[in-house]
Amino acid sequence: MMTSETPVIRLEHVTAQYEGHTALKDISLVVYQGDFLGIIGPNGGGKTTLLKLILGLVRPVSGRVEVLGEPPEKTRHRIGYVPQVADFDRDFPIQVEDVVRSGCLKFRRYGRREWETCGKNVPRIMRQLGVWELRTRQVGRLSGGERQRVLLARALVVKPEVLLLDEPTASVDSHLRLTIYDLLSQLNENLTICLVSHDIGVISTYVKKVACLNQELFYHGEKEITEEILLKTYQCPVDLIAHGVPHRVLKSHG
Amino acid sequence: MEFYHLTFFHHALEAGLLVSIACAVIGTYVVVNRIVFITGGIAHAAYGGIGLGVFFGINPVLGAVIFSLLAAFGMGTVSYKTKQRIDTLIGVMWAVGMAIGIIFADLSHGYTAGLMSYLFGSILTISRTDLFLMILLDILIVCVTVLYYAQWLSISFDPEFAEIIGLPVKRFYLLLLSLIALTVVIVMRMVGIVMVIALLTIPPAIANRFATTLKGIMIIACFLGIMFTLIGMFISFYLNLTSGAMIILVAGIAYFLSLWIRVPKKQRAA
Repeated sequence: MMTSETPVIRLEHVTAQYEGHTALKDISLVVYQGDFLGIIGPNGGGKTTLLKLILGLVRPVSGRVEVLGEPPEKTRHRIGYVPQVADFDRDFPIQVEDVVRSGCLKFRRYGRREWETCGKNVPRIMRQLGVWELRTRQVGRLSGGERQRVLLARALVVKPEVLLLDEPTASVDSHLRLTIYDLLSQLNENLTICLVSHDIGVISTYVKKVACLNQELFYHGEKEITEEILLKTYQCPVDLIAHGVPHRVLKSHG
Repeated sequence: MEFYHLTFFHHALEAGLLVSIACAVIGTYVVVNRIVFITGGIAHAAYGGIGLGVFFGINPVLGAVIFSLLAAFGMGTVSYKTKQRIDTLIGVMWAVGMAIGIIFADLSHGYTAGLMSYLFGSILTISRTDLFLMILLDILIVCVTVLYYAQWLSISFDPEFAEIIGLPVKRFYLLLLSLIALTVVIVMRMVGIVMVIALLTIPPAIANRFATTLKGIMIIACFLGIMFTLIGMFISFYLNLTSGAMIILVAGIAYFLSLWIRVPKKQRAA
């Protein structure tokens, strides 16, 4: 999808707290339709809080959040959310297909037809993500990459207009990361995508724009960032360069 | 073998069956949602209602229902809001509920002997009314579970996602705690407040090792519960020991034995 000028997510001077600490300070950010934004920054830099603001799960202390032109509590059902895979009860008795189908519960209140259509789409989306063969497996027994794709499938059956991902490749082998990014960039043809990561290695060539977050927003724009900008944005890039492969993010400049 | 023909024994058997159904379904939610401690708090707070009931001359079971429902709503609302340090609050309500019960029992002269039966259960005094209440509760629990199975599953697995897609997560949570409160009061007649928690959690905990679906766990837990109550009752009748405690002992031994069994956890669909 070509990036258009229609704003999908808009944050204006947002300050937010998470568990009593200031997690985000005076953030202003606009995500346009068709964007593929990678938000990078160190752990504890407020990335998850930013996603929760967009989902309306966290309210800002000051400033304004608008998603699809409305307050986020009203639009959260139009967003597909892929949470971090880390915190999971491995013994939880649920099978892969049930997890994916749970996304369809959203349509229960819209009536029978929507709900049934969603149900019919489940096998197709699961095949597309290569998890149909795993459908009777217990989710806790899957590998990190498999689980990630299951959660992605669950987010997609919701028929979202925006896809938010929290550390999508944190527990995925490096060769599988590319597969997931391939998939995301295919999805980006019809979907606005916003993902969060603490590791610069995952902000690969697929992302169209980059935002640099460490409580404050240090940079936001096209990913053709020069090393000077990275260095100027201080804390955030220092962490990035220390962690990963700077040339990946600086690809266009090399 | 003479007690086979006695009414109390029939009542005890029927009660064991009915209680096992309620415990299997509700206990499964307790185990997978990790709210064992809240459940214990609700159970012990119920004792306050029993003491007050005795003191004011109303039915102690009714007092227990009111008190445990209040405790469920109180703990549910607070724990839903904060998620932090909730265990301290539960511990306090747990003990304060017991204390209220004991003080009011002291104040109502002479009737304290009967109160022991609520603490440790008395399977022999289960009446026709008790059985009727158990049937009602079972019907209620099974209906709520079957009708909203997908919602329960989704909310238990990932409450945050459930909230995002617009499910009334908080309402479901409070409903679950209320059902726990009612279950606690009914099971209390069997094994007593002190041991309710074991009958709720042990069967699903064992079943969780063999089944990969919520349904599967509930069904296995139900059979396990019936087995434990039956075996416990028979042993207690033959050896003339407290039946509630014997049921829990049987369940506990089975639980520890189950930890030894190695389950080939593959793609078993239960």
